[in-house]
Amino acid sequence: MKKEMLTGNTAAAWGVRLAEIDYIPAFPITPQTEIIETLSGWISEGAMDARFVTMDSEHSMVAAAGAASATGVRVFTATSSQGLMYGFEMLYTVAGWRVPLVMINVSRGLSSPITLGPDHNDILAARDSGFLQIHCENCQEVLDSVLMAYRLAEDERVLLPVFVNLDGFYLSFTREPVEIPDMDEVRRFLPSYKPEHAFFNANRPMAQGVAVLGGAYYSYFKYQMHLASQKALDVYKEICRDFEKEFGRKYDAIEEYRLEDAEYVLIMTNSFSTMGKAAVNRARDQGIKAGLLRLRLLRPFPEEDIRNAIREKKSVGVIDQNISVGKGGILYSEVAGCLYNEKQRPFLISFIGGLGGKDISPQEFEFIFGQLIKGAGAEKVESPHLLYTQEEWEEMQKLKEIAGKE
Amino acid sequence: MSTEPIKSIKDLPLDENLFPGTPACAGCGGLLTLRHCLKMLGDKVVIVNAAGCFTLLSIYPFTPFKSSWLYTAMACAPAGAQGVRDALDILIEKGKLNPGDDLKVLVLTGDGAAYDMGLSSTSGAIYRNLDFYYICYDNEAYGNTGFQQSGATPFASRTKTTPIGKDFPKKDLFEIWNSHKPPYLATISPAYPVDLANKFKKAEQYKGPKLFISLTPCPPGWSTDPSHTFKLAKLAVDTGIWALKESVSGEVKHTFVPGKFKPVEEYLKEQGRFSHLFKPERKEETLGKIQEMVNEYWKQYGVLL
Ligand code: SF4
Repeated sequence: MKKEMLTGNTAAAWGVRLAEIDYIPAFPITPQTEIIETLSGWISEGAMDARFVTMDSEHSMVAAAGAASATGVRVFTATSSQGLMYGFEMLYTVAGWRVPLVMINVSRGLSSPITLGPDHNDILAARDSGFLQIHCENCQEVLDSVLMAYRLAEDERVLLPVFVNLDGFYLSFTREPVEIPDMDEVRRFLPSYKPEHAFFNANRPMAQGVAVLGGAYYSYFKYQMHLASQKALDVYKEICRDFEKEFGRKYDAIEEYRLEDAEYVLIMTNSFSTMGKAAVNRARDQGIKAGLLRLRLLRPFPEEDIRNAIREKKSVGVIDQNISVGKGGILYSEVAGCLYNEKQRPFLISFIGGLGGKDISPQEFEFIFGQLIKGAGAEKVESPHLLYTQEEWEEMQKLKEIAGKE
Repeated sequence: MSTEPIKSIKDLPLDENLFPGTPACAGCGGLLTLRHCLKMLGDKVVIVNAAGCFTLLSIYPFTPFKSSWLYTAMACAPAGAQGVRDALDILIEKGKLNPGDDLKVLVLTGDGAAYDMGLSSTSGAIYRNLDFYYICYDNEAYGNTGFQQSGATPFASRTKTTPIGKDFPKKDLFEIWNSHKPPYLATISPAYPVDLANKFKKAEQYKGPKLFISLTPCPPGWSTDPSHTFKLAKLAVDTGIWALKESVSGEVKHTFVPGKFKPVEEYLKEQGRFSHLFKPERKEETLGKIQEMVNEYWKQYGVLL
């Protein structure tokens, strides 16, 4: 084990290197590019025994990755934002093949307008594809999650591809001290890949991705994917226990931060949760019983864990760093959905912020806690709250004047 | 396989690697082409299929192939082939696959994928010098969705989206591919199985992309009788509309030039998709233009019709 200052992207690359990948079809896109650059560098130096190929698009990249996985090698690839959208068609296809591909998405806002800052509309658009999703808060977690993702994807009770998600810029280019485990530790946790299900061999002809005629057959295969994804939750927890035993770091489907005696809770994901945790500390200093629940596993959706964690709270604010235009926050809907049949449930308020990497300031967190305290037990609540400050508004008006639009 | 060229139809391999009972239409020229091609390729093959008529050849839990099959999507079968080929090479390199159990990788597409949506991923695979076979069964329209125009639809052909006939010519896919200078590229016809077989034999010597375009009659789309498929495929060659040729590293050579070209009209008048050129009255100008296009093609190679 050694400790190094790594960016989120290089931590991701370390995870891939330690997982002893065979094959990386790639296509560059900011802010993911550093991952594939680092890996191709290691491969050309001989530090990794993998094959690297630059494809002609993300659509081709996902196709090649899935097909190689279906042929029986351990495969990695990565993308961001528009790249994920361009390869989107193939996500469903690859998940349907039931192959254990691991793919990183470095979240970035979607055009238009074009931006480099992060939010989660890219990765959440893929939530129904059959890929499982692990969302990371810090660089260490990125490295660790890659290793866990292969264990999860390759488990014969699961056999579904997995996404590891991290925020562009906030994590992709942030340097943090990261523990890099030794190869023999990793091999104990993640043995080399021996496919037993999907692979091509001259002695064993196989037709993969065949058509079905009729809804009943189609439903059967889709249900199988759904059941496997649900099963993945237990498998994932086993993997978390093994991981803790081997490396001493503890992960779960959700992370509870100062939650035990909390009355007012934020639900967040990814790197902005760090800001949320700081806001919780500040609120605690002011005597507010604040806490935070971070969603780490988004598919399968850990409903039971979420219910148990927030059932008795007074009010909960879901901060969505995404926007389903015309509806609101995606995670708000998901959390609300899993609480509907509960007799006892907290007051739930939706906030949307951090789009395209827009900051969520300490004042805005104060506003959020204010709403949670005021909201608890209220008859009516404005929802969702779009977090946008007066200053930001004025700044925008100034730009409009420059553009001659006002 | 011996390197001696096959001389007659009697010398074609008897093996069948594509079994009957598929849901393809009766008289499908594409299926006939595929049958001949698979005789030559053998059964140690992974077919990577793009969306098209042949997506429906394998329907759970049945498959008509002796070999393996993977359905990707319309735009990216060559990319799927890249993944399969690379993975097989990696497995062999790492000693996890016996080289004797290696598989040939074959992309199978219709013209819709090949000429249009899949062109970018095909170009990528050729440029990366991927070691694979590629067969495009070109029925000159989107057959699986009921015959709408594709980049392969020829001038004047009626399709569901060109109801009065297409007013510009077919894309020249052979030349597009040829500009990439693949090691081996050929046009083939199910009506010339000996020529087809020899092209596969020849292609086998080359590592890299080995590409084949076959003009394939499509009875429902062309509005022809299923029993006329062979005759039509032959007429396409004998009128000079479909030139049988090959290209080795970019250098083009015709493998068959009819001794005497038949007039294109003989080919056109057999097909419902061109019937508007004959009824209610003959469209002399259009017919003349089609003949002129064929003449022009051959003229560049010094063949005067
Ligand atoms: S529509 Fe045409 S190409 Fe498609 S299966 Fe039928 S005959 Fe063959």
